[in-house]
Amino acid sequence: MSTVPQMPKSWRVESKPHKFCPGCGHGLVLKALGEAIDELGIQDKIVFGADIGCSLLAWDFFNVDTVQTHHGRTTPVVTGVKRANPDLICIAYMGDGGGYAIGSQHLVNAAARNERITAILVNNCNYAMTGGQMAPTTLPGMKTETTPYGRDVKEAGYPTQGPEMVAAITREGSYVARGTISNLKQLKSYIKKALENQMAGNGFSFIEALATCPTNWRTNAKDTWAFLEKEMTKYFNVGEIKNHAMKEGE
Amino acid sequence: MAKTVKIALAGEGGQGVQSVAEIIAEAANEEGREALYIPNFGVEQRGGVSVAYLQIGPEPIGSPKFQKADIVVALSDRAVKRTSQYVDETTTFVYDTSIEGIEEQLPKNAGRILAIPAIEVSKNELHPRVFNIIIMGAVIKATGVVSEEEARAAIEKKLGYKFEQNPDLRELNFKAIARGMELVEKAR
Amino acid sequence: MAEKPIQGEKRVFMTGNEVVAWAALAAKADIMYGYPITPQNEIMHYWTRMAPKYGKRFLQTEDELSAGFTTLGGVLAGRKAFTATAGPGNTLMQEPMSMAEMMRIPSVVVIQQRGGPSTATVIYSQQEVTMTTYGGNGEGFRIVYSTANHQELFDYTIKAFNTAWKYRFPTFVLGDGYQAKMRESLIIYDPEEKGVELVQTEPTLGREAVNGEKKPVHIRNTYNTEEELYEVVTRYMEEYMKYAPEIVEYREFDCEDADIVIVSHGVVSRAAKGAVQELRKEGLKVGYFRPVTLRPFPADQLKAVADNTMTLLLVESSLGQMAKLVKDAIFGSTVALATLFKPGVGITSEEIVAKVKGMF
Repeated sequence: MSTVPQMPKSWRVESKPHKFCPGCGHGLVLKALGEAIDELGIQDKIVFGADIGCSLLAWDFFNVDTVQTHHGRTTPVVTGVKRANPDLICIAYMGDGGGYAIGSQHLVNAAARNERITAILVNNCNYAMTGGQMAPTTLPGMKTETTPYGRDVKEAGYPTQGPEMVAAITREGSYVARGTISNLKQLKSYIKKALENQMAGNGFSFIEALATCPTNWRTNAKDTWAFLEKEMTKYFNVGEIKNHAMKEGE
Repeated sequence: MAKTVKIALAGEGGQGVQSVAEIIAEAANEEGREALYIPNFGVEQRGGVSVAYLQIGPEPIGSPKFQKADIVVALSDRAVKRTSQYVDETTTFVYDTSIEGIEEQLPKNAGRILAIPAIEVSKNELHPRVFNIIIMGAVIKATGVVSEEEARAAIEKKLGYKFEQNPDLRELNFKAIARGMELVEKAR
Repeated sequence: MAEKPIQGEKRVFMTGNEVVAWAALAAKADIMYGYPITPQNEIMHYWTRMAPKYGKRFLQTEDELSAGFTTLGGVLAGRKAFTATAGPGNTLMQEPMSMAEMMRIPSVVVIQQRGGPSTATVIYSQQEVTMTTYGGNGEGFRIVYSTANHQELFDYTIKAFNTAWKYRFPTFVLGDGYQAKMRESLIIYDPEEKGVELVQTEPTLGREAVNGEKKPVHIRNTYNTEEELYEVVTRYMEEYMKYAPEIVEYREFDCEDADIVIVSHGVVSRAAKGAVQELRKEGLKVGYFRPVTLRPFPADQLKAVADNTMTLLLVESSLGQMAKLVKDAIFGSTVALATLFKPGVGITSEEIVAKVKGMF
């Protein structure tokens, strides 16, 4: 990874500076993704689907075909593209609300069918674009606009363990991992493996990326990073969860 | 007050545009005037020009948005461009003198253009944190929608709890209102 | 025992979303089910902050399908349950609301319209009229109030609960993003202290045993034959038509001698009112008609106005969704129709004045 800030070739210069908030994790996830696309040389074959939420701001982010979908519906749209034209490398990009709440049935079913797509989910523990409401991955005790007194696990349950859930559903050929923007090198390697998994036609690949949202967390730079590295990791384990790059039937 | 006054305030996020509009609206409402305030809002949570639409008058306000304003206050170069659509020959256009090289982009069809050094005054004379209160003073002087006393009362109501801890803040804010009023008086 | 949220009455200055939360409290709503979508989020924010103080409940669901169906569940359990949504969320809400229509479940839904179709804008429109009045796969057995200001948002949110529980049709309060986010003054009050009787709820599911005997309740929304369905649907229609006259609300003025009558609803009617007043001052004979209930639509009343004027000018922030209701209502009339359609964009009285002057 270069120490001199370089924009990935697959990034679209005209849409920069991007519209994400200062300190947002999306910019870093998309950088790791951009570099992965560059290194794999697959820019022209990518179809990138962006969910509604802060993810929607990525609609003109890359020099790749991009479709902005509906909230939670990126997985099925991208599945539809891939099924119709398996030569394309299809990426479904979404947040924790789009992936684990409204889009959860689609995620579960894509995993069950072992769809040859790559889903990348950015987890910042809240519905950010709508102003910071509780999300499936909001931490216990965490204050949000709809849990003003802190998330009560008796009422709202525990944070969703997304990759673990997907890994429990998928069979051979899937790749499931959780990375974090505080280790971009590792996150990029996971994303690359996930894309390679799709290119080899093995099965469903899913990456959750732990990310920051200082705007809605209402934290300064130091506290933002502490929350990401110390608090979120109490509930979300970083690492590869499923890496069976086996073809079906083997 | 004879007719409804239409005010558009615009600036970069963080310049306090919405707070000022809200305080003026509440001040007017306290005095029994009809007031309607609505912020602009889009998908981006940060960035973008912040615009506040404020209407104050003797009768219930009609549409929450308006086409042309009686007064526009623009606090950044993006704000100047963004608000030119609200300007016609009846509009007083107020902008901050610190916006560099903006002269060419000022709306040529404005009835009157006033340049006020609010940012400079807040930095050098008072304190950057009361920049938007200076703007508030400017707006109430230019429009007469509320009096200085009513503005002070509204600030007291909103920030009184902070003034309890630090009485100097009260003086600072009240001075800022007065200073803003002076700047408009001078610019006319 | 929780205290009353509003004692007596008081003048306040707040956003429309906050008004809705207070109105639901004043109406003694028990539980809100909701899901984030701009521009109605703050209804949930205020509700969740005030809920513990007044013994109210809240559930944030996984999406609007769930928010709608959980609301139905809450209502069937005999509680005053409500939800709120907008835009694409309203699209999803159609499935649960069609169940409410078929099973006569008194749900209350607040809609804050935003641009459409699809995600469009988070800001404003009047483009959810068709969907809110006739959405889902049904015949529009719904009641829809289109509010124009915060006082009405308060009054009609309270009324929505009464209307829903009295007539047992899903009832909607149709606002918009401008009303949701703007601040203006209104009087909030305790309805019972003002003599407004709050309709009592009763459970459909989970009723207590009577004299030691629990009689199970079976409710369904599926029928076996065409004839069964025909009987149910036509019976509902008869009931709906029977009650419509007592539910219908509208406002009109200056129509008696008008050459042009401006027809508008919701927040746009504020601009229309100002336009009519201005035009009359200039000596032009212009009238104002505003349906408050879009469903049931004040058809007879508008037909009478249409038969007595030359032209109806239909003004709305959509490409004719209210106009369709108007045409249906006045079918047979020979009045001319003119339109001022601005989908997803606010309309000012100046624009309406200019349009009317261009017509004379």
